Amino acid sequence: MTDYSAHTTTALPDARGYFGEFGGRFVPETLVPALDELTEAFENARRDPEFQRRFASLQATYTGRPTPLTYAARLSDYLGGAHIYLKREDLAHTGAHKINNALGQALLAERMGKRRIVAETGAGQHGVATATVCALLGMECHVYMGSVDMARQRPNVFRMKLLGAEVIPVESGSRTLKDAINEAIRDWVTNVSTTHYLLGSALGPHPYPLIVREFQSVIGIEARAQMLAQVGRLPDACIACVGGGSNAIGLFHAFRDDEGVDLIGVEAGGRGIASGEHAARFADPARGRPGVLHGTRSFVLQDADGQITETHSISAGLDYASVGPEHAYLRQIERAYYTVATDDEALAAFQLLCQLEGIIPALESAHAIAEAVRRAPTMPRDAILLVNLSGRGDKDLDTVINALGGDA
Amino acid sequence: MSQIIRTHTGLDALAAMFARTRAEGRAAFLPYYPVGYPTYEDSLDAIQAMAAVGVDGFEIGIPFSDPLADGPTIQAATQVALRNGVTVRRCLEAVRELRARGVGQPLLLMGYLNPLLAYGPDAFARDAHAAGADGLIIPDLPPEEADLFAKACAREGLALIFFLAPTSTDARIRLVAARTRGFIYVVSVTGVTGARATLPPGLGDFLARIRAQTDCPRVVGFGISGPEQARAMNGLAEGFIVGSALVRAGSESVDAVRHLAAQIRAALG
Repeated sequence: MTDYSAHTTTALPDARGYFGEFGGRFVPETLVPALDELTEAFENARRDPEFQRRFASLQATYTGRPTPLTYAARLSDYLGGAHIYLKREDLAHTGAHKINNALGQALLAERMGKRRIVAETGAGQHGVATATVCALLGMECHVYMGSVDMARQRPNVFRMKLLGAEVIPVESGSRTLKDAINEAIRDWVTNVSTTHYLLGSALGPHPYPLIVREFQSVIGIEARAQMLAQVGRLPDACIACVGGGSNAIGLFHAFRDDEGVDLIGVEAGGRGIASGEHAARFADPARGRPGVLHGTRSFVLQDADGQITETHSISAGLDYASVGPEHAYLRQIERAYYTVATDDEALAAFQLLCQLEGIIPALESAHAIAEAVRRAPTMPRDAILLVNLSGRGDKDLDTVINALGGDA
Repeated sequence: MSQIIRTHTGLDALAAMFARTRAEGRAAFLPYYPVGYPTYEDSLDAIQAMAAVGVDGFEIGIPFSDPLADGPTIQAATQVALRNGVTVRRCLEAVRELRARGVGQPLLLMGYLNPLLAYGPDAFARDAHAAGADGLIIPDLPPEEADLFAKACAREGLALIFFLAPTSTDARIRLVAARTRGFIYVVSVTGVTGARATLPPGLGDFLARIRAQTDCPRVVGFGISGPEQARAMNGLAEGFIVGSALVRAGSESVDAVRHLAAQIRAALG
C-alpha cells in the first residue's frame, strides 16, 4: 500500500486557493458555504488515519493499485531513441485514472453525510468512475453529459446506466464537457444541502484543484518509486495529456522537486492551431488568455469580448476551453512545458501503440504517446521518457473506426 | 404613473430610489431584462416601456456564453442575444441609448465575470459610468475576489452589489453587508434563476436573519414572477427583482412585457 499522505503537503495553493495568480473561487454566493464545508471536510480527512486507511485499502483491493509500470520495448526500438516507460492507469478499475479521484471524493461525500452525487463527464471515463464508486458505496448518482459526447462515447453511456447512474443529456451550448459542467453546477446550486458535486478534473473553484491533485498524486508517487525500483533512476521527462489536467497533475506532483526531470503536458491540437479548431489553451495566443471559467482563473479560450469559444478535439476528454489553474502556474514559473498533438498525430500514436505494444490507449492518452513519438528519436539511447497512459481505448473504437474510414 | 426624473447618479441614485419607495410604503420593483432579446431594438423598447409604467430601477443583462447561475429561460434569451451579436460594448451603448430616450431610473449592469475581465475592470467601470449606468452586479464574483472591481466602482461612484443565499452563515451576512455597495441581492432559494409559483417558505425568516445583522437594503431575486408575489414583498423586503417572467413575456411582444410590468407595479400600491 502506498502512503501518499507524506508527499502531498506543499505551500500551494494558498488559503484562498491560488497558485500564483491562478485559481481562486469565483462562484455564486449559494455555493460558498458548500465549498467552505468541503475544504474543512477535506482537511480533516487528510489528517484522519482512519480515512487514509479506508482509502488506501479500497485502492489496493478494489481499484487494483499500484498499477504497473511497463517498459515499451518495441516502441522504444522502433523510434530508436529514448526508452519509453508507460504508467498503466489504463489497468486501474474502470479503465482510467479517473477512479482515483472519484473514490476519494465519494468517501469525502460520505463523511459529509451527502449521499446524492452529481458529476459531469466528457469522454465518459469520469462518469463511469463516479457511477462505479456510487454503486460501491450505495449512493445516488446523476451524470451530466453533452449530447455530442454521448453520441461519440456510447459504450460509456451504457456502462454508466448499467452501474445504476442517471445520465442526463446536455443540449445547451456546444453540448460537450463545458456545458455538462454548467449543468452539474446548476444542479449542485439547487440541491446543495443534500448533494456533493464530484468534479472530475483539477479545475473548478478552490478546493477542487487541491483535492483532485491529492487524490491523483498516487500516480506519480507510484511511478517515481517504480522507476527507481525497476530502472534505478528517475526519467528525463514525464509526459501526460492535459484536458482539465488531472492525470498530468497526478503524475507531475511527485516529481515537482526533481530538477533533472522535465514535466511535459500535451494539449489537444485538434485540426491544427491555425484552423482554430482545437482545445490548446496555451498554444493559441490569439484566443488563449487568462480568464475565469467554472469558478477558477486560468488560461481560457475566449473571443475578444470574453465569450468562451467552442473547442474541438477527436478526444472528448481533452475537448475543454479551460485548464486546471496549477498547470497555468507551472507553465508560468517554467517548471512544466506544454505542447500540442493534433487529432492526426494522436491517431497515428494510437495505432502505433496497438501494433507495437498490444495496448489500445484512450485517444486522450494517445496525445501523450504522440509527444513521446516525436521526442524519443531526438534523445540519446540511454534517455528515459515516462508517459502516463491515463486510460484504455475501448471506448474510442467507434471514433477511431470512423476516423480511419472503417479500415483500422 | 409619473415619469421618474434622474436627479442622482450611481450609489446616490439607488439611495434616492429607496428613499422614495420607503416614503411610499412599498418595495422597489427592479425588472431584469437582457440586452439583445429577442432583438437589440426590442430589448430597448421593452425596457423603455417598463420605465414608462413606473418601475423603480433595472438590471440590464449582459449576455455570456456560459451563464451558470441562470435557469433555462434566461439561458435561452441570452444565447439569442449573443447570436444577435450583442457584446459588452453594445450593452454600454444600450445604456447610453436608454438615457437618451429619457429613462431616468437607476440602471445596474448585470453580467458574468469573464466578459467584464476581458473588457478590463477599470475601463468597464469608467465606461459604464460615462454611459449612464449606476452600478454592477456580477453573479460569479463573491466579495473575497472582488478587490479590482470594488476599487474601480468606488472611483466612479458606482454601486457594486453582492449576494446572500439561504445557505449563507451569519458571518457571511456580515461580510457581504460590509462589502456590498447599494443593496444586498437576496437569492430567495438555493437554485438558478427562473419563475416559480410560490415564494419559498423560509424567505421571511431568512430576511429577518439578514436584518438582525445589517440595515442595508435587501432586494429579493430568483423566482418572483407575478403581482401576488410582488405584493407580498411590501413590508418584507426593500425591493425585489423579476427576470424570467418578463423575459418570457418578451418572447411574445414588447406589449406583453409592458402589461406584466404594469400589473406588478400596480400590485404594490
